[in-house]
Amino acid sequence: MSIDPLDVPDVSAPYQPRSGQRGSGFLTGPVRLGLTPSATVGPYLAIGLTWPDGAWAAAESTEGGFWIRGQVFDGAGDVVPDAMVETWQADPDGRFPSPEDPRGASSYPGFRGYARAQTITGEYAVHTLKPGRLPDGEGGLQAPHLDVSLFARGILDRVVARIYFADEAEANAEDVVLRGLSEDQRRTLIATPSDDGYRLDFHLQGNRETVFFAV
Amino acid sequence: MTGTASASGLHLPRYLSEAADLRTPVGYADYKSTALRAPLRTPVDLPHRLTEVTGPVLGEDRVRPEDADLTLRNGGEAVGQRILVYGRVLDSDGRPVPDALVEVWQANASGRYRHVVDTFPAPVDPHFDGLGRVVTDSLGRYEFMTIKPGAYPWGNHHNAWRPAHIHFSLFGRAFTQRLVTQMYFPDDPLFGQDPIFNSIPAAARYRAISRYSLERTQDNWALAFEWNIVLRGTGQTPFESSDPRRDDGDVA
Repeated sequence: MSIDPLDVPDVSAPYQPRSGQRGSGFLTGPVRLGLTPSATVGPYLAIGLTWPDGAWAAAESTEGGFWIRGQVFDGAGDVVPDAMVETWQADPDGRFPSPEDPRGASSYPGFRGYARAQTITGEYAVHTLKPGRLPDGEGGLQAPHLDVSLFARGILDRVVARIYFADEAEANAEDVVLRGLSEDQRRTLIATPSDDGYRLDFHLQGNRETVFFAV
Repeated sequence: MTGTASASGLHLPRYLSEAADLRTPVGYADYKSTALRAPLRTPVDLPHRLTEVTGPVLGEDRVRPEDADLTLRNGGEAVGQRILVYGRVLDSDGRPVPDALVEVWQANASGRYRHVVDTFPAPVDPHFDGLGRVVTDSLGRYEFMTIKPGAYPWGNHHNAWRPAHIHFSLFGRAFTQRLVTQMYFPDDPLFGQDPIFNSIPAAARYRAISRYSLERTQDNWALAFEWNIVLRGTGQTPFESSDPRRDDGDVA
């Protein structure tokens, strides 16, 4: 007996897509847009990202102001001269000039909280104030710290570190982030006192590779 | 609603990450400069606390109206194909990111950057510096007029050429939302051999490519390309928002 390719069985019930595919006409779950992928800042960042006032997280004459300086090293131990270091931090009272602070945005005289510095001279330099301590969400206080974003040719997504201060040993010992690190790891994040403030170098690779964070 | 309630009673948002297989890796073997620069150790998880969920307010005072037109610099018209680049900055919950600083930089029409490191033997244009700055409006919209950048050669491999692209830098509202990226143009024949483009996982590459827009193309003046940028969101839908500042009223 031959098969008739046109002999399609009749359908008695209305057509139903597979279970779960017929929508209600309303959103039943969260809409999630795909994130725009990151790309390297490239070698020409100076065109777009140079600010005359970039280094000044705190204005020049602000009382208590100091410099944080350092170099960025690659895996061969060479200085990276085309990186950009950005810092973000609380003011000395532990508040942020940001409406996203649930305690309310603060305004500390002369304080922006954010700095951006390129390493074209061989080192970065940002002028700022010692941040206050912040609640850590677990009942304790974080040690004074800056969040750091590092960008460069040859790095496809920003890398994130923190800067802590060597002269805050007691606070550092209580800090929830530092407590989760080994002694060798902690050392890569702690700036040491210098003539006009503090110094901290970042090592992108190697034995002394900086502890970078996934945020 | 996601978040963490701290002992001090603070309720902080937690910004969601993209799946690892849709994120650009920090290093990529075919892009040779990453070999000595991309960190090799696994990053340590940093839960979002106050420093991570806040961010600088860098708005209007950094931007002049002329910063949105890159085609008119040093008292003259830049050479090349004029293009309007526009779009919206959104978070992954679909909410606009208003008042956000957008910084762009690019090569000129012949593929040359106005930078001492660029030695490509193509002409510098005295009327094009390649720098633009805009701030998003209350609906997260941005736009600027520029010249379509040329492709240019680089030393990554033999006969390596970067597809035409515009560099973008965005802040959003929080440290976690910071993004530096590159926008590409549709159907560029140079995509296949470019390791920077191909470092983006295949399933996410389309998100880096703008769309030709006939509707915004300006008669007798400029072509238009649309590119929407999506920053990390907190997983809250607009329905859940109790903060009128963040509710744009658009729930459709």
